[in-house]
Amino acid sequence: MLNKNTQNYIANFITYTILIISSMAVILPFVWMIFSSFKTAGEIWTFPPVFMPKKFQWSNYIDAWNALPFDRFLFNSIFVTVCVTVGQLFTCSFGGYAFARLRFPGRDKLFLMYLATLMIPFPVLMIPLFIIMQSLGWTDTLKSLIVPCLFSAWGTFLMRQFMMGIPRALEDAAKIDGCSYWQLYWKIIVPQCKPVFATLGIFTFMGTWNNFFWPLIMINTIGKKTLPLGLVMFQTRIAAETPWHLIMAASCVTVLPILILFVIGQKYYVKGVVTSGLKG
Amino acid sequence: MKNKLFRLNYIQKEKITGYCFLSPNLMGFLIFSLLPIIASIFLTFTSWNLATNPKFVGFDNFSTVLKDELFWKYLWNTIYYAIGTIPLTVILAFFLAYLLNKKIRGVVFFRTLYFLPSVTLLVAIAIVWSWLYNADFGLFNYFLGKIGITGPRWLQSKEWAMPAIIIMGIWKGTGYSMLIFLAGLQGIPERYYEAAEIDGANWWHKIVHITIPLISPTTFFVIVTTTIGSIQGFDQFYIMTRGGPSGATTTLVYYIFQNAFEWFKMGYAATIAMMLFIIVLILTLIQWHFSNKWVFDEGVE
Repeated sequence: MLNKNTQNYIANFITYTILIISSMAVILPFVWMIFSSFKTAGEIWTFPPVFMPKKFQWSNYIDAWNALPFDRFLFNSIFVTVCVTVGQLFTCSFGGYAFARLRFPGRDKLFLMYLATLMIPFPVLMIPLFIIMQSLGWTDTLKSLIVPCLFSAWGTFLMRQFMMGIPRALEDAAKIDGCSYWQLYWKIIVPQCKPVFATLGIFTFMGTWNNFFWPLIMINTIGKKTLPLGLVMFQTRIAAETPWHLIMAASCVTVLPILILFVIGQKYYVKGVVTSGLKG
Repeated sequence: MKNKLFRLNYIQKEKITGYCFLSPNLMGFLIFSLLPIIASIFLTFTSWNLATNPKFVGFDNFSTVLKDELFWKYLWNTIYYAIGTIPLTVILAFFLAYLLNKKIRGVVFFRTLYFLPSVTLLVAIAIVWSWLYNADFGLFNYFLGKIGITGPRWLQSKEWAMPAIIIMGIWKGTGYSMLIFLAGLQGIPERYYEAAEIDGANWWHKIVHITIPLISPTTFFVIVTTTIGSIQGFDQFYIMTRGGPSGATTTLVYYIFQNAFEWFKMGYAATIAMMLFIIVLILTLIQWHFSNKWVFDEGVE
């Protein structure tokens, strides 16, 4: 008996040791980013590196903010992200409802086409998309970051799968009572779909906030840039001596909203990863 | 008669409503998914610099791409990055998921922590890591110096730039794969382990004879999806090295970007993109083919 207990004790000890060591490896770059954001330029450019700043330079955050029009970047990021997220929740839940519940000619063929496009890599789409944007005259506008992203085959798929799992009994009853399809969608389906709305909402929010490639292609003017583009400007603009402490401060500000959102909405996020993971 | 008319109307109404609900979605699909796909097929047969009209060139782009030394070099870089990242990511992810699948305290805490790199803005991560990799002031060379190794010049070195980005890729990607492994592990029924324990199996036997075989569909899935993901990487290469030094970290996607948006060779860029698509397509088909055979259909929620 004692033997078994000792074994368990040792096993747990080893498990925790490994978990803690790997946590440190995961967390180190974050800690380094945060501490560096409070250092003076002198503390940045020293060797051996100092880990903790002597005095926390909160002014770095103000300096970083003023070095580039960060208020503009922040506004653009929030605006684009909110528009895309809200838009996708609407279009994907509409589409998901149509695919899951309504019968119309060509439905299954269309759905298969949606599924097929899921595997097409973005680099294949980006060149024609760029040309489409250019012919619409939308290059270098926030519109170009919003409109093409208002729709998502993956989101539609996610919504449809979830709605297929909702029992039909309630809808049938409401139908007999004379509810229109719109009422069915709005009053019966949507309230039951809260978890999948949360999942898709978080995914879209994060994906849009973190998107770099598409804005890099579309946007040139400083006033139209989003936060990720702004961060990169920092890195390239001052070629001689990169102000790492200011970049770190700006990075902290950019990363923070997503980390908070992730920690709050973790449950739904994990669900999204797992469903898309297992279903492929 | 009246009843029949009503029914007809009802079905008609459902059809119309169906299209109405789908229409915003379908418009997006047609304009921003289907049209670009068709357009990119046409583009591969043209030479177009955006300024003049596109010129039809037949299969010229394809014969050029096959003779393009840079294409093959960058294809190799792409494969190098994938091969460098995936095995370690998968092994680490499995290992961590295995540890987290035990009934111990703090599982949620560790899980959240390991997952943080996956949700963090890649741009910010790449910037922080380029500072960590700084040859003279960076943390890595400081640690290496402590154990008596003179660190390489990492991102400025032809040999070490790619391994540097690979290490960061592993750090960033492990959490995501871990989460999928965790879901897979939770699908293995407890009674298998109990039965094995009665037969006197130790933890190693259980891993080798129960966990690894039963988790193989998940492993396969993780390998294929991370491969597909890793060959599409762009942000880190753009931010950390701009594909350098001298093309050592230029991947296919980066080459597409250069061709399309630096040199405005739209047709040629679309052709390289098509090659990338073919690679992804093959991987996806392999996955479909095997996932049907390997499905372990017990207890997966």
